[in-house]
Amino acid sequence: MLLKPIRDVGIAGYGAYVPRYRLPGSEVDRIWTDGQGGSPIEEKAVAGPDEDTASMSVEAARNALARAGLNPQVLRAVWVGSESHPYAVKPTSTIVAEAIGAVPAVQAADWEFACKAGTEAFQAAMGLVGSGMADYALAIGMDTAQGRPGDALEYTAGAGGAAFIVGPAEDSLAIIEGSFSYVTDTPDFFRRPMQHYPQHGSRFTGDPAYFRHVLASAQQLMDSLGTKPEDYAAAVFHQPNSKFPERAARMLGFRPEQTRTGLLCPMVGNTYAGSSMLGLTAILDEAQPDERVLIVSFGSGAGSDAISIRTTEKIEERRDRAPRTQVYVQRRKEIDYGLYVRYRRKLHMH
Amino acid sequence: MSIPRHWRLQNQRYSMVGEVCNACGAKLFPPRDVCPECSKPAYEPYRFSGNGKVYSYSTVYQAPSGYEAFVPYTVALVKLDEGPLVSAQLTDVDGEEVEIGMPVEMVTRKLREEGEDGLIVYGYKFRRLLREEAA
Amino acid sequence: MRDVSIIGIGQTEVAEHWDRSLRHLAGDAVLAAMQNAGVETADALYVGNMLSGLLTGQEHLGALIADFVGLRGIEAVKVEAACGSGAAALRLGYAAVAGGLHDVVIVAGVEKMTDTVNAETTTGLVMAADADYESIHGLTFVSINALLMRRYMHEYGVGHADFAPFSVNAHRNAVGNPYAMFRRPITVEQFGRARMISDPINLLDSSGIGDGAAAVVLVPASMAKEYTNGRAVRILASSMATDAVAVHDRPDPLWLSAVEASAFKAYQQAGVGPRDIDLFELHDAFTIMSALSLEASGFAERGRGVWLAEAGEITREGRIPICTMGGLKARGHPVGATGIYQIVEVVQQLRGKAGVNQIGNARLGMAQNIGGSGATVITHILEAEA
Repeated sequence: MLLKPIRDVGIAGYGAYVPRYRLPGSEVDRIWTDGQGGSPIEEKAVAGPDEDTASMSVEAARNALARAGLNPQVLRAVWVGSESHPYAVKPTSTIVAEAIGAVPAVQAADWEFACKAGTEAFQAAMGLVGSGMADYALAIGMDTAQGRPGDALEYTAGAGGAAFIVGPAEDSLAIIEGSFSYVTDTPDFFRRPMQHYPQHGSRFTGDPAYFRHVLASAQQLMDSLGTKPEDYAAAVFHQPNSKFPERAARMLGFRPEQTRTGLLCPMVGNTYAGSSMLGLTAILDEAQPDERVLIVSFGSGAGSDAISIRTTEKIEERRDRAPRTQVYVQRRKEIDYGLYVRYRRKLHMH
Repeated sequence: MSIPRHWRLQNQRYSMVGEVCNACGAKLFPPRDVCPECSKPAYEPYRFSGNGKVYSYSTVYQAPSGYEAFVPYTVALVKLDEGPLVSAQLTDVDGEEVEIGMPVEMVTRKLREEGEDGLIVYGYKFRRLLREEAA
Repeated sequence: MRDVSIIGIGQTEVAEHWDRSLRHLAGDAVLAAMQNAGVETADALYVGNMLSGLLTGQEHLGALIADFVGLRGIEAVKVEAACGSGAAALRLGYAAVAGGLHDVVIVAGVEKMTDTVNAETTTGLVMAADADYESIHGLTFVSINALLMRRYMHEYGVGHADFAPFSVNAHRNAVGNPYAMFRRPITVEQFGRARMISDPINLLDSSGIGDGAAAVVLVPASMAKEYTNGRAVRILASSMATDAVAVHDRPDPLWLSAVEASAFKAYQQAGVGPRDIDLFELHDAFTIMSALSLEASGFAERGRGVWLAEAGEITREGRIPICTMGGLKARGHPVGATGIYQIVEVVQQLRGKAGVNQIGNARLGMAQNIGGSGATVITHILEAEA
């Protein structure tokens, strides 16, 4: 059941993007509970008025290309996973492919699986490269997530994501050891067509959804590979808040130090399809050669992809070819709820 | 909606592809096919680095149709490292942070939307160097 | 080539003419000019206008207005060169008379700007700029001028307050012009406090947008004596020059090379120099344009335009009076009509009919109309006929 291609593949380049604006959780709290409710995270990243999943993906993709040192024309696929594609019909991926110079001999498509659309695209890229159909494929997880005003999600629904170029193992800064997907029909969170905001099952999103899927995919991947938590230098789990990934890591037997570097949710919020992938970029920024990293995504609806990678010596020369993830995380301009409402178009102008 | 007008300029807008004059070496942006320096044909595409410095700037408080959602926003003349001046918006900046001579880099952003149900036009804007902003 | 004279002028007040349509405004000005000239018909009508299509849904102004003023059947056409449309139409009329195509030509400028809301007017004005490389980036016409002004202040070390004399002078002169839009003086303090439009340009750096129409009647100088109403004024020079539309395409954005080319061609044609000019109706759409125009037209050294104003030399008593009837700033700037208003005002001065605003011994007057931020420049030099 392990997903592993015939040809060894790896990550040739990666790139992060987080927008500049930050909405403190205390601002949402101030408006909706008169400061009495507290906030699950410190603050979340908010896309500027001229940003969307396409523009943010372009920057992450350019960073990934810079790290890989590749001519964009070698890419055979540009795949963008998101729940906030700027068009309902018309691919985000063609915009990204055109902007980075990867057209026209390229596959392009948008992926949707709530917060795991990005890792789903990543696994498909593994297959495309691993089968020998392509040498390089670009997989992006990026979102400008929306929470209903006043809803619990509004504290955390953030913006950001990451891009990964999957390539042959011999040109990789990290070898992909294998992947595992665990999927069931579990409607913990969804958004119907034409609806601006999602609905969620509140506490139903926990045990039957997040934990069941995340724990299963991670455990079964490690079982298949014969690895244990202590074999990993770092691990990153999907981060709808800080508590869920911390608890999942603990239950699997990971120590807090292993998840600290990739845990960005307290500073940028839940970046949905970008969440676990963005965490992975922060880990790769710090990783030494020959270290194992576990990445586990979760997408509502529901499913989880677990991927095990092992860094190579190429990571050291490549990581500083593009801005590190912490550069984006630390760049911040705080906004208040009013400006947030304006930037995210929650004001009815007509 | 003016879809073809925007579509045909994508190369310039998305990745600052201009031209270089093979006769005198001048780098041209926007592309114009005839070199303004030596009047010789200049068709050779040339991709600009997107790096430059602010030559002048102004913050717009009264926007034309289609740009109201962005006010106040800062527009600038940017002197590209390769020579040409280009008109564009500065993004991710507050007006008071900008000064003449400030180094900037190109990013791709939404330029405008043709209404709620129309085309989204993407193109170049400039921001302060990321590494300086994070510092 | 025949010498050409202006024998009649007409204008409407620049204002928000809620009850007058574009054709009525044009008609008022044309009929006033014909009456002033003492003509009952004409061979051709040239209409300067920039925005009628966008702002009022009406193009095809030549035939429309010719018919409306009772001249159905004559040659008539609209001329467009952004804010320089008025003088561009005059140049066409001048060429038609000078070249012997026509004997009696009416040139009108008209703009109806208040039929739409602000954002649409802003959208219309920026059509003077480069749509693909300026306007798409959210640049407005004001902000393009603001980019020039900021750079000017930076390069020459001047402050915003140093531009105040231009607006103060314009408003002072508008007080005595019954056709002006803002007939009240302003102070330096008011100038500094005005609402910001596109920094550093504030409301009092900017010309006022209004509805208006103006018209003149041209005949060959040899025929001017046949008409008795008012003294004729001779067109000594008419010249046009162009520059890149986009400011970023100009090698030296602070030097309006089309202003220089147009002005100096005109001086040469008239056989005069800047020193001989008694008054100068320049294109003060924004205070920065006044400074740049004075410099490129040879009245001030580069970077010294504001100091000419600071020294009081631009007032009616100064060395080179500008905006003697209020200029674009205070008479108002009905864009496509402005070039004709400037001509009408120079004629008023040269006829000695400028009322309290009369410049003493005005013999040579210059009018300079600019399309865009310096891309089309039309300069006329007029002389009072003895």
